[in-house]
Order: sequence, then structure tokens, then C-alpha cells
Amino acid sequence: MVHIKRLQEDGADIISVIGEIDASSSIELDLAIAKSVGEGFKKILVDCSALEYISSAGLGVFMSYIEELRDKNIPMVLFGMKEKVANTFSILGLADLLHIAATRPEAKKLADELSV
Amino acid sequence: MNYQYNIGCSLSNLKGIREFVRTSLKDQHVPEIEMSAIVLALDEMCSNLMIHAHHCNPDHMLELHIVIPATGKFIFEIVDDGSLFDINEFHEPDLGNLVHQKRKGGLGIRLVKAIMDNVEYLKRDEKNVCRLTKIIK
Repeated sequence: MVHIKRLQEDGADIISVIGEIDASSSIELDLAIAKSVGEGFKKILVDCSALEYISSAGLGVFMSYIEELRDKNIPMVLFGMKEKVANTFSILGLADLLHIAATRPEAKKLADELSV
Repeated sequence: MNYQYNIGCSLSNLKGIREFVRTSLKDQHVPEIEMSAIVLALDEMCSNLMIHAHHCNPDHMLELHIVIPATGKFIFEIVDDGSLFDINEFHEPDLGNLVHQKRKGGLGIRLVKAIMDNVEYLKRDEKNVCRLTKIIK
């Protein structure tokens, strides 16, 4: 079960992912990112501080947006991951493909740098 | 000690599978990072079977067996009577290709192979048994 909240701050769309993302709930994450892109946001920050679990279905959602966001010059930065969640990303080596920061200020700074 | 859990092939049951694995291992002094990885691998294998072998039919059942060892070699078995879905026959997709093709699938097999020490398939009482082995030192 996952809850997704979105709020806007300094021109960035901040997507908070709360709970667990598996094959039954990854569609919620997909829809949230699609809405953010569709509404024209130029920076997307994904708050993972309340994300307790993610399976490959959720990782696949992030992966599937990499090229589209790169083409549209929209940086997406994930931040605040718990160690057990970060470990799932690192098992697959996704840290090299996605932008990941420790804290929200660092994520905002990285998104600003990437959007120049 | 052995634990067993029977569950229908609905993706909404994945959470119950994760809780079963976690509860079965809770007194085994498995480090949290290892525990989370094992839970993830079982979720991936069960969701693959539910989707590809059983088309998410909740009337089709999976049996999960966990064998808690004295030696640190944990055995996890998923038993079903669907068509065989052998992850050893699938090539792990290149990450770059996944990004380019905007594919959302294909990562689960890579995760399971990275987490588990061995993945093998056997037949028992006319059923498929997927046996995952994890050694915790």
C-alpha cells in the first residue's frame, strides 16, 4: 500500500512516496510522475523518507522515465532514502543512472545544477 | 524449523508474503539489510510467478516453504502447479537497454540472482518447486 502526496516548492514538484511500492502499487508512482511531467514541471524531487519498501516494479517506473526526462531537460532527484531502500537501488547499480541525494536541500541544489 | 504459507495469485497478496517471510526469520538474527534483501527476492519470485505463470488468477495457489537451518543455509521454496517459469532461462537485460526501451520490467530477475546464492527448480509430487538458497554467515 502506498500513498503519494505532491506539493510544489520553488518551481519544483515534490512527490512524497509513503509506504510500500510493489507490483500491485507501482502504478500509483507511475501516475504521479506522469502527472508531474504532464503539468509541465521543470524539476521533480521525489521524497523517499517515508518509503519503507520498493520492489523492481517501482524501480522500473523510475527507470522508464530516465530517457523522457533527459530529453525534456527535467531533472528528477530522489532523496531521503532509508538504508534498506537505498540497498535495493545499489544492488542493481541504479545509483549511476538516477540522481539520488541524501537530503531535500541537497536534492534541490542538485536539481538546480542539473537544470542549468 | 519449517514454516509454510499458502496464498492465492493476486498481487494484493504480496504484502502478506513479505510479512510471512519477515515473521518467519525474525528470531534468526538475520541482519536487517540481509532480511530486507531476502524479503525482496521472495516478493520478486512470487510476483513473477503470479503474473507470468498464473495471470494473477486469485484461485491459483502458491505454497511458500521456509526451512530454517542450524547451519546458516536458509532454504525458501515456492511450490505451484502452473507452467514452469525458470528465471535461469532468461537473460538478464542490460540496464542501458531497459532505459532506452522504457521498459518497466526485467529488473526482478537481476535482483533475485544478485541476492540469492542459488536458484534451482525441481519437480515434487507433480508440482514445480522453485528453491532459493541463501547463506547467512
